[in-house]
Amino acid sequence: MARLNADNERIAHEIIGRYPRKKSALIPLLHLAQEQDGWVTDEAMSHIADLVEVTPAEVLGTCSFYEMFKRHPVGDYHVNICHGIACHLLGADELIHHAEETLGVKGGGTTDDGRFTVEGVECIAACTEAPCLQVNYRFANKVTTQDFDALIADIRSGARSDIPPHGTLAKTRQSIPEERAAGPALVEDAQEPAWLSRNGSDQ
Amino acid sequence: MSIPKITTARWDVEDGHTLAGYERTGGYSALKKALEMTPAEVHEEVKTASLLGRGGAGFPAGVKWGFCPPGVWPRYLVVNGDESEPGTYKDRIMLERDPHQLIEGCLLACYALGLSQCFLYVRGEMAHGQERVAAALNEAYEAGYVGKNILGTEVSVDVVLHWGAGAYIVGEETALIESLEGNRGMPRLKPPFFPAAIGLYGKPTIVNNVETLSNIPWIINNGGQAFADIGEAPSTGTRVFAVSGHVNNPGVFEVEFGTTTFRDLIMGEEYGGGIRNGGSLKAFIPGGASAPWFFEEHLDLPLEKGTVDRAGSMLGSGAIVVMDQTTDIVKACHNVVRFFSRESCGKCSPCREGTSWLEKILQRIIDGNGRRADLALLMDVCDNISPGIAWPPKQTTICPLGPSAVSPIASVIERFADEFDAYLGEPSTEQAVEVR
Repeated sequence: MARLNADNERIAHEIIGRYPRKKSALIPLLHLAQEQDGWVTDEAMSHIADLVEVTPAEVLGTCSFYEMFKRHPVGDYHVNICHGIACHLLGADELIHHAEETLGVKGGGTTDDGRFTVEGVECIAACTEAPCLQVNYRFANKVTTQDFDALIADIRSGARSDIPPHGTLAKTRQSIPEERAAGPALVEDAQEPAWLSRNGSDQ
Repeated sequence: MSIPKITTARWDVEDGHTLAGYERTGGYSALKKALEMTPAEVHEEVKTASLLGRGGAGFPAGVKWGFCPPGVWPRYLVVNGDESEPGTYKDRIMLERDPHQLIEGCLLACYALGLSQCFLYVRGEMAHGQERVAAALNEAYEAGYVGKNILGTEVSVDVVLHWGAGAYIVGEETALIESLEGNRGMPRLKPPFFPAAIGLYGKPTIVNNVETLSNIPWIINNGGQAFADIGEAPSTGTRVFAVSGHVNNPGVFEVEFGTTTFRDLIMGEEYGGGIRNGGSLKAFIPGGASAPWFFEEHLDLPLEKGTVDRAGSMLGSGAIVVMDQTTDIVKACHNVVRFFSRESCGKCSPCREGTSWLEKILQRIIDGNGRRADLALLMDVCDNISPGIAWPPKQTTICPLGPSAVSPIASVIERFADEFDAYLGEPSTEQAVEVR
C-alpha cells in the first residue's frame, strides 16, 4: 500500500508517453493506483506527482474532484445503486433502502467485515434497465430486492469471480506497439500534417 | 420507406465488436475509400450530409469542422464519450458493440482536417466499454489501421484511449478538455475558449460526440447526399433515442431523424410499446435531464431539432423519460434538481449555491416543512441562475448546467400547482417572506 509498484510504474511510463503533456496522464494514473490498492493513498498521489512533474497538491486537486476516486479504504465490492430519474421512477429509492437495511450500512458506508460499500449514485447509464446498479462498475439490470439478495449471496459465496476487485476497470489495456506508434503530437512541433500539405494545404 | 440502420447495424452481430466481425460487415472500407480522396473532399461529404452533432447541442458537425483557424498546428481530435445524461446510454452501447466504427469515424475526421492525434475519452464508469475499445484499438494498430503510416500511406495518427473518473460536467466540451489536461473538470469561458480555436493545450481541437463520429463511415461509404436524403432537413440521417421510465418496452432505438414523432417512439408497438399497465401519460422528458418537460399535447411533434426547439424544449442527447399518472411530480422534479446540484462543478456561484438551494427547498417541501413562500423563492433562485426563465435559457453561469436545473422546476411548478399545494397544505395567514 503505497507507491506504484515496479510493474505499475512501467505501465505508468507507457501511459505518460502517449500524451503531449505529462499531466494529461493524471486521471489514468490515479486509476492505476486505485487498481493497485483498492483506493488512492497519499503515497501514491506523491509518487504520481513525481511521475507527471506536478506538486502533490495538484494531484490531490484533480483527484478530489472525481467521484470514482476514493481517498479512504472502501469495501472489496463497491455497490453503486443508481437513483437517476429513470431508476427513481421504477423503485430505486426502495432498492437503496432495502440494500442499506440488509447490509446494515448507510449512504456510502462499508460493512464491518469490509466486504461491501453501498452508495446511491447519479445515473450510471442503463436507463432502460431500471432499476440498475453496478458492483465494481459491472452492471446488474432490472434489480428486484430478491435479485439484490441473490447477488450479495453469490458474491459472498465466491460465485461471482467475473467481478474484479474494486479499482480494476477495463481488464484489457490499450497497448501501442512501439513500431506502430505515430507518437504524441507535441504542441511545440507546429507542423502541418504531410497528407494535408500534399493536397494543397488547409481549407 | 425503409430506413437503413446507420449507427446500430452491428448491434445484433455477435462478433461485430471484433476486427474480424467489423471487416466482414464492410468495416474500414470507408477509410480505404477516403485515403483515395483528398481531405477536402472527405470534409465536403460530411458538410453535404448536414450531420448534426449528437451530443446535445445539435450543431452541424461539418460546420464545426471548418472552425479550425488555418495555419495553426497541431490540431487535435477529442471524442466525447463521457456520456452521463440521465435517460440515455446510446454511446455506451456504441462503445461496447461497435468500437471499430467509432475508431474509423475518428480516423476519417483526422484525415479530413489534419488532426494529428485523437483522444478517445470514455466515461470512467463504463468499464466494459473501455475494455471493448482497448481491445479494438489493439487489433486496429496491429492491422495497420491506426498509428504510424496508416495502410501504408503517409497518414500517421495515434488514437489514445483515455478514461474519466465520474463527473457529469466533463461532458461539456471545455470541461472535457480541462479533464484531459489532468485538471478538475471545470468549464472554460467561451469566448475565448472555443475549442476549435483554443482547445487542448491551447491548440485547435475538434470535440465530437461518439454517435456523431459513428455516422461518418456510413457517410463516406454512401455519400453525404444519401445521408441528407434521410430524415427532414436540417435534421438528417437517423438518430438513436433511448425510451425509459413507465413504458411497456423500454429500449434504445435508431429511427429516422426529423419524421418520427414522440408518439411513435413512446406508444409505437415496435418501440416503447405504450404506457405500462394501460395507464396514461402524465409527462415526459424529451431530451435528457436538462430539457424542459413535455406533456400529452406534445406527443405528435416530430423528433426534429427545429420543431422541438420552437416548442420550448430540446432533443438533447436523445433521452426520453416517460412518467405515468402515478408519478409524484414534486419528487420527480426534486430528483432531477438533485442531480444537477450534485454535479455542479462549483465554479460559478449562481449554479454552485443556486442548485443546492433549489434541492434543499424542494426537499423540505417533500418533507412537509415547506412554506407557501417557497414557490416564489424557488422561482427567484431560478431567475438568478437563468434570468427570465425563458427558452432557450439565458444564463449567469459559464456553462448550461445551472440553467438545466431550472428546467424541471419551470416545467411543473404551475402546471402541477395542485401537487405542490398538497405538500404545502392550506394557505396560512403567515406573512410571505420577502426574498430580495
